[in-house]
Amino acid sequence: MPGALLRVPPEQLEHAFSAYTAAVAAKRLRTVLGLSCLLAAIGLAGIAGEVDLIKLASNIDRFPNYIRSLVPALSWTNFGADLAEWFWNLDVWLQLLADTLLIAYLGTLLGVVGAFFVCFFATANLEPHRPIRFVSRRFLEFCRTVPEIVFALLFVVAFGLGAMPGVLALAIHSVGALGKLFAEVVENIDMRPVEGATATGANRVQTIHFAVLPQVASNFTSYALLRFEINVRTAAVMGFVGAGGIGQELVVAIRKFYYTDVSAILLLILATVMVIDLVTEQLRHRLIGVERRP
Amino acid sequence: MSQTLRDVALHDLQGLRARHGEVFAADWRRRTALLAGIILVLVLAAYGFWRLDFSLTRLGSGLGQIAHMVSLMFPPSPGGRLPLYLQALTETLAIALLGTLTAAVLAFPVGFLAAKNVVPNIFAHFAVRRVLDIFRGVDVLIWALIFINVVGLGPFAGILAITASDFGSFGKLFSEAIETADKRPVEGVIASGGTRLHALRFALIPQIFPVIASQVLYYFESNTRSATIIGIVGAGGIGLHLAEQIRVLEWNVVAFLVLMILVVVAIIDWVSSRLRFAIIGRAGVVL
Repeated sequence: MPGALLRVPPEQLEHAFSAYTAAVAAKRLRTVLGLSCLLAAIGLAGIAGEVDLIKLASNIDRFPNYIRSLVPALSWTNFGADLAEWFWNLDVWLQLLADTLLIAYLGTLLGVVGAFFVCFFATANLEPHRPIRFVSRRFLEFCRTVPEIVFALLFVVAFGLGAMPGVLALAIHSVGALGKLFAEVVENIDMRPVEGATATGANRVQTIHFAVLPQVASNFTSYALLRFEINVRTAAVMGFVGAGGIGQELVVAIRKFYYTDVSAILLLILATVMVIDLVTEQLRHRLIGVERRP
Repeated sequence: MSQTLRDVALHDLQGLRARHGEVFAADWRRRTALLAGIILVLVLAAYGFWRLDFSLTRLGSGLGQIAHMVSLMFPPSPGGRLPLYLQALTETLAIALLGTLTAAVLAFPVGFLAAKNVVPNIFAHFAVRRVLDIFRGVDVLIWALIFINVVGLGPFAGILAITASDFGSFGKLFSEAIETADKRPVEGVIASGGTRLHALRFALIPQIFPVIASQVLYYFESNTRSATIIGIVGAGGIGLHLAEQIRVLEWNVVAFLVLMILVVVAIIDWVSSRLRFAIIGRAGVVL
């Protein structure tokens, strides 16, 4: 019957329509309930966080003022000298930046070594003993859940001021974060080479060397580079608690209201972080390229 | 035949070497590259250890100190200030919640500005992205210090610090979510006579909302961690007490505070991952 419309019987239509209304109403109710929970949480958080909107409104002009004071006096006619005055302490800052990079480097390196040794004990496919797996997984979890700055605070007390507590704090946190990622990589390997190595009588170390390492090396390196990127950012604030690097200068500049120093150091940190990001990204892309090549 | 394959192979090693020379031949170029890489890494490490004043005696005495500290940490005790610490912990959660939400609200419109398919002008979206990069590139502790200068010590500075650093991350993530949204629903709404605003409300937002909600929850999770440490520089929350107790060497209180933080972080992780799965489904967790 071309042309004729197939009509739904009215009682069925009514039934479908009421079901639709009910479904929409239920969804609306859920949304309203969720929103009111969120609003209540915001209200409570506002009280706990001592938010005072009136005070905020009356002091709102401080933000642009602060930003304005961060900008140094630069003029076109005297640009070179102004710039030199802005970055007056450049030598010291560059030295400290180099220290910061070394802290991040050593922290990452120690973290990689530690994570490499622990990760095989935390995998379901290479570690048959459940208790060992459990203990190593909890250990990694502990290392990555305690913030690195807390470790740094503790280590500054134990080792004294300087870069060493910073390196160790970064290393411990990196062990936890990288160990988890490494273990996930190892759990996703092709098990046939492992079975092959075991079948020819290889012991555990030989199995890992010849059957596991070739499969995971590029992924491990890629994660290590990514961690280095993150650690550079963190190393820049390690100085806040006395654990070395550029952070020490920055905290002094901020606390003592040396506005132009703050902006100069911040710019240096941002530039360093961006350069490191670019370089490691290039390296990682090349690594993935090597991986893809047969 | 009690011989294993291994014994057979070992027995005929000379023959195997002669017949399959290319398998046994070392790839000298690869080996040199690897060796050079390892030497470079080690030399740089040695230079680093020397420049940063590492010494075994310092390491040894420090480890002894740590052992002593750990022995003093047991049993962990709140030192009779449990209500104060619980209040500080609530403050920490409040900082994380308000900071994350404010950042999300501020970043939502900016995410549209930074999305290629909404603002086709390449300069505009390039500029917006670089500004977001700057917000993201400054660590939350640095933001905290700066905001302490602007609004004074206290949790409010912490909220603003988390807002500032997450504003950059959210702007980037939201713009990516908007860029990957399917444009066919938008076309459908326009074709059935809807305005651009209708298309936004009925085609774009239903697509991006679950993604954005799960990202906000994930950041709330990670901000609970950040909020515990910004107190160290004076921006409110439990970190203030933690730094204080480390300074006065009250190790059992320190242990108690660290445990409290770990427990709260674990609870928040659990709750928020349940919520995230409820919103977006177990398969599609996008970070």
